[in-house]
Amino acid sequence: MSNIIRESHIMKIHYLTALVAVGFVIIHIMIRFTHGSFANSLEFESVIANYKSIPYAIVLEAMLILISVHGFNGLRIILLELKQGNAYENAVTYGCLAAMIALIAYGSRTIIMASMGMVEA
Amino acid sequence: MTKDGALPKGFERPTVSASPNDSSVQEKYEEVKSSSKTITLRISKFNPEKDLRTAFHAFTVPYQRWTTVLDAILEVKSHQDHSIGVRYSCRQATCGSCGMIINGKPRLACFTKISELDSDVVTVEPMNNFPLIRDLAVGFERMFSTHKRIKPYVIREDSETNPGTKEFLQSPEDVEKYIQFASCIKCGLCNSACPTMTTDSTFIGPQGLAQAYRYVADNRDQGKDERLRIIDEPHGIWRCHFAGSCSQVCPKGVDPAMGIQLLRGYLLGYRK
Amino acid sequence: MDKDRKEGIKGMANPGRYGIERVAYWLMRITGLGLLFYFIGHIYETSSLLDGKAAWDSMLELTQTTEGHIFLALVIGMCVFHTGNGIRLMVAQAGFGFGKARRPDYPYTPSSLNMKNKLCIYVSIGLAALAMMYGLSVMFHV
Repeated sequence: MSNIIRESHIMKIHYLTALVAVGFVIIHIMIRFTHGSFANSLEFESVIANYKSIPYAIVLEAMLILISVHGFNGLRIILLELKQGNAYENAVTYGCLAAMIALIAYGSRTIIMASMGMVEA
Repeated sequence: MTKDGALPKGFERPTVSASPNDSSVQEKYEEVKSSSKTITLRISKFNPEKDLRTAFHAFTVPYQRWTTVLDAILEVKSHQDHSIGVRYSCRQATCGSCGMIINGKPRLACFTKISELDSDVVTVEPMNNFPLIRDLAVGFERMFSTHKRIKPYVIREDSETNPGTKEFLQSPEDVEKYIQFASCIKCGLCNSACPTMTTDSTFIGPQGLAQAYRYVADNRDQGKDERLRIIDEPHGIWRCHFAGSCSQVCPKGVDPAMGIQLLRGYLLGYRK
Repeated sequence: MDKDRKEGIKGMANPGRYGIERVAYWLMRITGLGLLFYFIGHIYETSSLLDGKAAWDSMLELTQTTEGHIFLALVIGMCVFHTGNGIRLMVAQAGFGFGKARRPDYPYTPSSLNMKNKLCIYVSIGLAALAMMYGLSVMFHV
């Protein structure tokens, strides 16, 4: 991995995704309070209405990508420090990358389908 | 010395009237010995070639207000157990040889007084995160090789020794920028305290990184890019998480954590 | 511990010996891992939305319990601490907040472990505690 991208670039991405994600998480939590109470905001209809708002769906998608990148890179860092060796380090790096892509794909599926109204009645 | 060969006033040698067997000398010795307090010194003993596990041997050692842990270990080595493996040299926190874990924290044995530990039991163990040679002595090969890797010398195309060139002048302000980090005695206490080094033996470590900063901050040096490339790797500077333990244990006030963060500023583009 | 004297995970995770900065290092790790696992769970939890109202409500029931609320309050605390301490680290790791390097004088006091840094850690812990209490009051309608 270090042949493809320098560690300083990865860490710049790590810091940047953290900062931007904080902003989006604040928006995400604030939206919960626009529905009266916390319990009301979690009603099925309220949540679907949230997803159908395109700007909010974009916020959710951005948050999904940013937190996944930040989180799985954090996990990669912790795992790289636990054990060393080429095979292990490659497995950790590519494993984290694959898990990140899988989570983004799975989360995006929910966001896209819910925002398009493709929800079972 | 005065003209007649006598020593100046105040420098006269005391007249020695007592022989070693003199009873007053012996009494004085016994008085000092009995007036000193004692501690239990627990020394970790392990020979990787013979032993299966570490054993702690306890010794009762007299001490005075000024007795250091190294003094106590050497007292045991002289009078109670000659086989204790310990490395030391200068006894004044300059050579960096006697680093060890004293009551759970990495310290220099020659720079730690028993009285300041405030404990009746002093436990000494070899430094963590270093390969053990025997008992209290650990191997420094890896730390020295990492130190060499960051090129710990001024890199320039010209040289002070070339004919026609002068010495590289620096203002006192220029020196202040790196002199703190030049105090490193390579004792390894910082590497022993570092949480990353507890599991990552390929990490450059606070010692090497602080020394990289020492040369990057030196305005005579032209090897900044080369050094930044060396430390910008998966087990390089980014594996420092600023836990600050290295700075807490440094016996020379080097503050490696500060050096590492300042060095990181170059890689993040905040410093040129 | 073998002849390599590597302290291992136990040494890395032991926060007690080196002051509040080491505690912050340990908390940052734990909260980071905790938040990642919560995030994965949260993505899975919200995907039940696609299976209709009944599936969503039954998933919600799992979290609308006392234990669920306490867990969520912990997540809020972890999130606030990780953010606060993360911002401190980002500023510090860029080389700000230490003053200038200077000739060390005995007794040595490391500039990197200054009060500003310690205060930021305490504030992060304090804010996390406050956020947890607020979260609990909202969830339990206090």
